[in-house]
Amino acid sequence: MAEEIVLEMQGVRKEFPGVIANDDVDLDVRRGEVHALLGENGAGKSTLVNILYGLYHPDAGEIRLHGKPVTFASARDAIGAGIGMVHQHFMLIPVMTVAENIVLGMEPKKDGVLLDERAAEAGVRELSERFGLLVDPASLVSDITVGQEQRVEILKALYRGAELLILDEPTAVLTPQEAHELFGIIRSLTADGKSIIFISHKLNEVLEIADRITVLRRGKKIETVPREGATEASLARAMVGREVLLQVEKTPAQPGDVLLAVDDLHVFDDRGIEKVRGISFEVRAGEIVGIAGVDGNGQTELIDAITGLQKHASGRVEVAGRDVHQATARRMLDAGVGHIPEDRQRRGLVLEFSIAENIALHDYAKMPDSRWGWLFPARLVTRAARLIREFDVRGGGPLTRAGGLSGGNQQKVVVAREIARDPKVLVAAQPTRGLDVGAIEYLHRRIVAERDQGRAILLVSLELDEILSLSDRILVIYEGEIVGVHTGDVSEEQIGLEMLGGKERTAA
Amino acid sequence: MTDLDPQGPIPETPEEEAETGALAARLALKQRAGGIVVPVMTALLAFMIGGVVVLATGHNPLLAYRDIFNGAGLNWIFHPTTNVANTAAYNLTQTLLQTTTLILCGLAVAFAFRCGMFNIGGQGQYFIGLYVANWIGVNFSGMNTVLHILLAVGAATLAGALWAGIAGFLKASVGAHEVISTIMLNWIAIWIGEWVFGDGGPLQNPDNKSVPISGDVADSAKLPVFWGDKQLQGLHVGFFVALAALVVFWLILNRTTLGYEVRAVGFNPDAAAYGGINVKKNLFRAMAISGAFAGLAGALDMLGYLYHFGVSDVPVSSVGFLGIAVALLGRNTAVGTGLGALLFGALLFGTTHGLTSNVIQPELAGNLTYMIQGLIVLFVGADVLILYVWNTRRKLRPRAKARPTEAAA
Repeated sequence: MAEEIVLEMQGVRKEFPGVIANDDVDLDVRRGEVHALLGENGAGKSTLVNILYGLYHPDAGEIRLHGKPVTFASARDAIGAGIGMVHQHFMLIPVMTVAENIVLGMEPKKDGVLLDERAAEAGVRELSERFGLLVDPASLVSDITVGQEQRVEILKALYRGAELLILDEPTAVLTPQEAHELFGIIRSLTADGKSIIFISHKLNEVLEIADRITVLRRGKKIETVPREGATEASLARAMVGREVLLQVEKTPAQPGDVLLAVDDLHVFDDRGIEKVRGISFEVRAGEIVGIAGVDGNGQTELIDAITGLQKHASGRVEVAGRDVHQATARRMLDAGVGHIPEDRQRRGLVLEFSIAENIALHDYAKMPDSRWGWLFPARLVTRAARLIREFDVRGGGPLTRAGGLSGGNQQKVVVAREIARDPKVLVAAQPTRGLDVGAIEYLHRRIVAERDQGRAILLVSLELDEILSLSDRILVIYEGEIVGVHTGDVSEEQIGLEMLGGKERTAA
Repeated sequence: MTDLDPQGPIPETPEEEAETGALAARLALKQRAGGIVVPVMTALLAFMIGGVVVLATGHNPLLAYRDIFNGAGLNWIFHPTTNVANTAAYNLTQTLLQTTTLILCGLAVAFAFRCGMFNIGGQGQYFIGLYVANWIGVNFSGMNTVLHILLAVGAATLAGALWAGIAGFLKASVGAHEVISTIMLNWIAIWIGEWVFGDGGPLQNPDNKSVPISGDVADSAKLPVFWGDKQLQGLHVGFFVALAALVVFWLILNRTTLGYEVRAVGFNPDAAAYGGINVKKNLFRAMAISGAFAGLAGALDMLGYLYHFGVSDVPVSSVGFLGIAVALLGRNTAVGTGLGALLFGALLFGTTHGLTSNVIQPELAGNLTYMIQGLIVLFVGADVLILYVWNTRRKLRPRAKARPTEAAA
């Protein structure tokens, strides 16, 4: 591998009111290298690359590209210097074609004014074939998958002549297959001499793709290490600053009574498509049942039907032996179903509400929160203060707005609320999505602890690792049906195969 | 009385803020943190542009604004007196009369807003309250005064609630957008007015069939006047009702489960539904409560100083629409709405009185209010822009400081 250094950032410091986001951070990237930036949420990864991309001005420190000092006043300058960035949230225009999106702002012109559609498509096609970024230049962005959208974003950066590409949490939105394909693309890019800054907080990915890894913690650079010799445990320790238990410790389950029974459930989505097609299962007290599956195979509809957020067409749902057929969300809550929703910001929290108000979301209309419609805010605050201590929510007190908390602490508020209601059944949908190692460790331990308290836990996750390490039984969902049931040891490959409907995985 | 800040999250860490990325999102956060800055700047900017217009007509805007200030009776604070023979005191009663109506019309917009809806129908709801109060006030004469007033006010408030409730019901049941339906309901209310007060209409004064005007409210239904003369539009006790409504508005929102539901639905209907809240019920209920405020405004105006209404009055009235500006400027809070109502009340009365052709073009006088109103609505909608200007101004200093480092690099 070439040792030529493309980028050097030295002594970078960036302060925001009250917080030092970057404190004397160094980073160097070699030509043809994948350099991973690893760190928990809030460690300063985004700030650092935003400085590099010209979105922030550093308070101190310098940036050298190919040995020459540079300052970027805006992203335009950074792009001009050969830096490209693919954000976590894509910025594409859905009604335009792939090629149009890519050439936007630097379109090949016909007769000086008109977009030369053919030249644009040809240029894009050439680029996409060269790096194995397969996507049809003529299709509309609204018609392509998320994985393909990401490729379009990468192509957009390459089209602008990027030599150094920043990928911000690129796998967060991808299925395991798509992530695998992305890694192939990354390898073909580096083989061509491009350099990649790969931001992630997933240890296994970083170990798979990175050549060198820089770990940030609370704005400071902790270390830069080559992949060789690094382990998940060593990286986790550097990230969190203490030993982290990556494996969940749990004793064998001791299942009790059936607390949740679902029988031949059929659910249709808003557009009238049958998303859950005759699912039956039981969850007993003291066990964790995991539902594995690729996103969009009916998990959301299944959860919504069980929690009363959506009507089901037919079938039965019983909680602790009581038929709660077609119950409303209110009745399900009263029947003892707790729900950690898959999207905490859209559904789990009212971000504008305080922590105290969010914790009261289910019980505001009951004693002691209120009486005869009169709310007692002081009681909300007292309870919130207790739960904040108990669940170790950091970053604010009872009156802090939920939206001001970090993702992990937001999730702790949700979990605190659900568990404090002492539910018989706890439905946990994607409970660790977007969280960092420390928060994941906490949540996993908490879920196992709640199981040991005798709750029936239904875990739905797209992270196969999570399903495998937490579940006592595993159900595999595919196109609205349960296609596999496993207890005890089962290989990741076996479940992976079933998640794809039992068919051999085909390369896209 | 401190209102719980209705705005959104304040970024705890810069990382959070950084992640929101887009300029608009960052400004939105700042705006929420900003609080009082934006409304004050919005109003000042509107006055400045209004001043430029006055200047363009060859008059001194400062003199014009001074005369508006005095015309609104706000100079009363320098020489307080309860004697309405004093011009300032009289003017102030008239300003507060307008403020009374505007507070309630502002609350009608603000309450729906807090549930995530835009109630453009304050005007129509106000009319319905006005008509019902007129009907009950004119008839049932000889009733016990207290009962008569309570009956008229109660019925008018309820009528306003039902009128707005139609829009709420349509929104909840079939998803009809409240902006469209409340505008439609405004027109229906206007034409109902044309009919009921018109020739042969049910509310036309039976003793004088020659003019399309209602009969006068019976003495038993007239609100007591506590400052000034009943014959000369004195300030009636409805003013205190409006002030009490501000308190009630705050209490409902912040101290009741109903208000909790309204705010939850307003901020995030998905989370509200997940919490077990019936979103549709709340849409209807919030709209109805909004309408109740506007209906109450109509009742107080009718029983407090108008006493009668005519076909020609219908198209002239616009307090319901002014309520939108009041609520927007007051950021849908109780305190803000109260202050916004005072500002617009003063403008309404101050620009129609006390201005002479020496300080302002006569044609401009009353219209200056509407211009400032329009500018405020425009700027409130574009407050992100105002914040942008505000922030660039503030950024200039740290930027200048950062330059040497950049030069060294």
